[in-house]
Amino acid sequence: MSALLSPGTKVRVRDDWPETRGPCHIRTPHYLRGAEGVVEKHLGAFPNPEDLAFARPAASLNLYHVRFVPKAIWPDAAGEALVVELYETWLEAAR
Amino acid sequence: MSEVLEHPSDRLLAAVRQLLTDKGVITREEIAERIRTTDSASSAQGARMVARAWLDPAYRARMLADGAKAAEELGIPMRGMPPLGVLEDTAGEHNLVVCTLCSCYPRAVLGYPPFWFKSAAYRARAVRDPRGLLREFGTELPQGVKLRVVDSTADYRWMVLPLRPAGTEGWSEEQLAAVVREGDMIGVTFPKVS
Repeated sequence: MSALLSPGTKVRVRDDWPETRGPCHIRTPHYLRGAEGVVEKHLGAFPNPEDLAFARPAASLNLYHVRFVPKAIWPDAAGEALVVELYETWLEAAR
Repeated sequence: MSEVLEHPSDRLLAAVRQLLTDKGVITREEIAERIRTTDSASSAQGARMVARAWLDPAYRARMLADGAKAAEELGIPMRGMPPLGVLEDTAGEHNLVVCTLCSCYPRAVLGYPPFWFKSAAYRARAVRDPRGLLREFGTELPQGVKLRVVDSTADYRWMVLPLRPAGTEGWSEEQLAAVVREGDMIGVTFPKVS
């Protein structure tokens, strides 16, 4: 596991599309790939579901609640905040 | 069960159950316990938690810190269940829960999800057009209240702790629990006093 991200840290969801490369199981919604958000809370550490789904040995990953601004994702969006559970392997430093 | 009423899937179930116990994967007692747990799960359980939180600030704090522990405190079985997170509504912010990827739902405290919770329409609109969606449930957010949508994508299950409605002063825990419906704990509606 990587070092813990503290609340308020700006992050970017990796703009990666493993589903274009072969069978996979992903818990990161399409609409967030490449989006920037802010870490709200560390939720704990859980076995990587991308490996669990294929009965492979699964490393423990930090899981975070990350907050996004809906209008930055869809210009016509309503609502002030969108909060999503994301694993550390999907997060990189915001540009 | 009589011969006439037996369905082929019943025999399959019996065979699988027999294999699981013969091979020591799981005991009969564990299967029976899980069936009891599933049958007892309903939104009445979550409503009890909400009512207790409205009356007892110390319980409220424990529930916000760890929903599963707070559920167990009220005798709700949580063994083998995912962690339960509780989203606190305030005068300035309202929470709405969706699972855009599938149908993650806090079954231990809310029972089976309503049919619309799994629909593509609800899952798509809750993140993009949540105010329009709430209006269709007859829910108007008061002026100035921010809307926070929680997309349940991973290991947690989420329930909303709504605001206690006006007109319930002096009510008992049972009376309060009776006005809390499943939609109030998903966030599509507010508890109402008729």
